[in-house]
Amino acid sequence: MNTSLLKKSVLAALLAGTFFTAHAALKVGDTLPDLASFKLEGKLPDNLKGKIVIVDFWASWCLPCAESFPVLDELQKKYGDKLVIIGVNVDEKAPNMDKFLKKHPVSFTVVRDGERKLVAAVSPETMPTSFILDGTGKVRFLHGGFHGETTRKEYLSEIETLLK
Amino acid sequence: MILPMKTKYFFLLASVVLLGATGCANVKPWEREHLADYTMRPDRDPLGIAQKEHIWFSREEASGGSGVGGGGCGCN
Repeated sequence: MNTSLLKKSVLAALLAGTFFTAHAALKVGDTLPDLASFKLEGKLPDNLKGKIVIVDFWASWCLPCAESFPVLDELQKKYGDKLVIIGVNVDEKAPNMDKFLKKHPVSFTVVRDGERKLVAAVSPETMPTSFILDGTGKVRFLHGGFHGETTRKEYLSEIETLLK
Repeated sequence: MILPMKTKYFFLLASVVLLGATGCANVKPWEREHLADYTMRPDRDPLGIAQKEHIWFSREEASGGSGVGGGGCGCN
């Protein structure tokens, strides 16, 4: 029975299906894509090399994001120049982001990924998701969601580890 | 059994089409803005729900079981 070609075709189709449905999420050990290559609304910090960077993906409709903002702001104020926090907003409409920021003002950089190309490239599994990068831009820690004091302590411990 | 080339291509095409047809739309975590909206909450109108529940109970002799998972912002 010469069905090998048929079997191969079906297998190829299955693999193709898997390929088209799979999306590679950024994980620990990966390098974050160059933020400047995406058309982000807002000004990015000039030089990130050698600095600890937290890239936080958030949205105005996400309640844990609102809880995380005071903590991220506290970290920015505590570590100053040693730490760069970039909040990447993924709201569909910019006014929603502006309204949120008026209610939850922060001292760190906030940009908007209006085209949602960066977030699609990074593919976070939940909102919010934050990536802690070392001085070389490599993801060293990843936080899916925000769980209050537990996440805050983890942030502090991880930043201290990277500062050593 | 040796299949003719046309049949083989038909099976190949059918496999690809069937795979495509199985696709369920997965709403990405960053696209749940509308799901997170207040109007998507099943409990946004407690009085309306109570009335429906009462009718359901008195007419059908059943209660509960309303609402399904899947809505909301799916955060955390």
